[in-house]
Amino acid sequence: MEHFVQTLVDAVSVGSLYALTALGIGLIFGVMRLINFAHGELITFAAYALLALFGLPVPIMLFGAILVAVVLALITERAAFRPLRSADPTTLLISSFAVSFFLQKLLILVVGSRLKGLDFLPALGRQVELIGVRLQLLQIATILVSAVLLVALTWFLRSTRLGLQMRAAAEDFRMARVLGVRANRVIAMAFALSGVLGAAVSCLIVVQTGVVQPRIGLQLVVIAFVGTVIGGLGSLTGAALGGFLVGAASILLQALLPPDLRVFREAFVFVAVALVLLFRPQGLIPARGLKERI
Amino acid sequence: MSARVPLLEVSGLVVRYGAVTAVRSIDLAIGEGEIVSIVGPNGAGKTSLVSAVAGIVPPAAGTIVFAGKSLAGIALEDVVAQGIALVPEGRHIFASLTVTENLMLGATVRADADGVRADLDRSFEMFPILGARRRQPAGQLSGGEQQQLAIARALISRPRLLMLDEPSLGLAPTVVDQVYVLLRTVRERGVTILLIEQNAERVFGLADRVHVMSGGEFGLSGTAAAIKADRRFDAAYFGVHMHEAAGDR
Repeated sequence: MEHFVQTLVDAVSVGSLYALTALGIGLIFGVMRLINFAHGELITFAAYALLALFGLPVPIMLFGAILVAVVLALITERAAFRPLRSADPTTLLISSFAVSFFLQKLLILVVGSRLKGLDFLPALGRQVELIGVRLQLLQIATILVSAVLLVALTWFLRSTRLGLQMRAAAEDFRMARVLGVRANRVIAMAFALSGVLGAAVSCLIVVQTGVVQPRIGLQLVVIAFVGTVIGGLGSLTGAALGGFLVGAASILLQALLPPDLRVFREAFVFVAVALVLLFRPQGLIPARGLKERI
Repeated sequence: MSARVPLLEVSGLVVRYGAVTAVRSIDLAIGEGEIVSIVGPNGAGKTSLVSAVAGIVPPAAGTIVFAGKSLAGIALEDVVAQGIALVPEGRHIFASLTVTENLMLGATVRADADGVRADLDRSFEMFPILGARRRQPAGQLSGGEQQQLAIARALISRPRLLMLDEPSLGLAPTVVDQVYVLLRTVRERGVTILLIEQNAERVFGLADRVHVMSGGEFGLSGTAAAIKADRRFDAAYFGVHMHEAAGDR
């Protein structure tokens, strides 16, 4: 029983991490129809910010990580994606690969490609006993942080003027602009929010793995992207659900598959993804009324 | 040309999409408080004309002056703040957002929160069905209700000029009647209207002046009564050159 609950909490925790990553990708896709693979670099750069600020008080490290991810997100939007705003989605996709590669190589050039250990928030590695089950504090923290961010993002999108404008822009950008919604402000806000989400994921993954390396974000983004697709591209609820399911499924398969099949767990996840797309090509929660871009 | 003060003055407007010219040197003036209609068949260039005024399509040539101010080079999102609201063809309501949220988006350029709230209540009085469905996603409304929402959303920006692109498209005739009754009410509130329609019969009872557009040009212009009585109407509507039409008779 204890093992089952531990596995379940682990699955929810990893699922939450992928849900946050998928939301970061989904936010940008919503307003720009851009699949931003450079989202991985926001996570990576935030991790290196933690490394650079290591030794300072934790709130300063967290603030630094968020600041770096948000500023980097805004710079990529301004320098790489804004000039291509009216380009077709394929061009945008390719440019996001270019930005991703550029930032990754830049990082390798400046700090090297070696793994660096980072003992960030070691207290979260402790085990705690909750209703008779021993759980890792980090897993609980991951679930709580994800829940808080999800609630905060939902509140922002549902209860603020800018949030409403973002939802409108995600559905029909041109009509939103006809009504006076400022394209630059809405897109910059989406990038900034994706930076905040990226930084949160970065902090959690660094605590979990204890290392920082230049490809730390890319690995997460590739899996989370699959999550946004099965969730339904353009739907934020779909992105969160899809990311969560892919992450959670991977942990559950690790626990439930016979030992000699465990090495193939990713293959099982992708078979499930293929089946979902076969029966629901538009995703589990398709976006309603998606219109052309700006 | 209207004797009243022109609110909108379009001169020599040309709209091109690549090699295709959709609007060929159009002059159009609309006086404050007027209802002017542009009628014409599919592909006449009507939507391109309003799209240029709304800032959606950049003109290849010509000037657009609104309330004495040139709209040249103005960003799409700044046009509504000048006092021009568009109800586009196909309505373009935000299907996943509620009726109230759609209306709030119409007030994007307004900073007076109290005034917006009052106008929201006024919209629900003017469009009772929207009041009854204010919390429903707009995608669940019928076509006629969506058209009412699109008009209400445009009005909440408090425009001086309301442009409607084929508001009767895809609606049942009785629903179109309701939409036209609404437009009369809008006019009584002092809003100037530019109405684009394929169905000329519909606009004759509402518009002060009518332009018949075909092939990117106005073939015939005049008061609604004069255009209705003009035997050249069919020729102008279907784009037969005027002197050819005269020669046929």
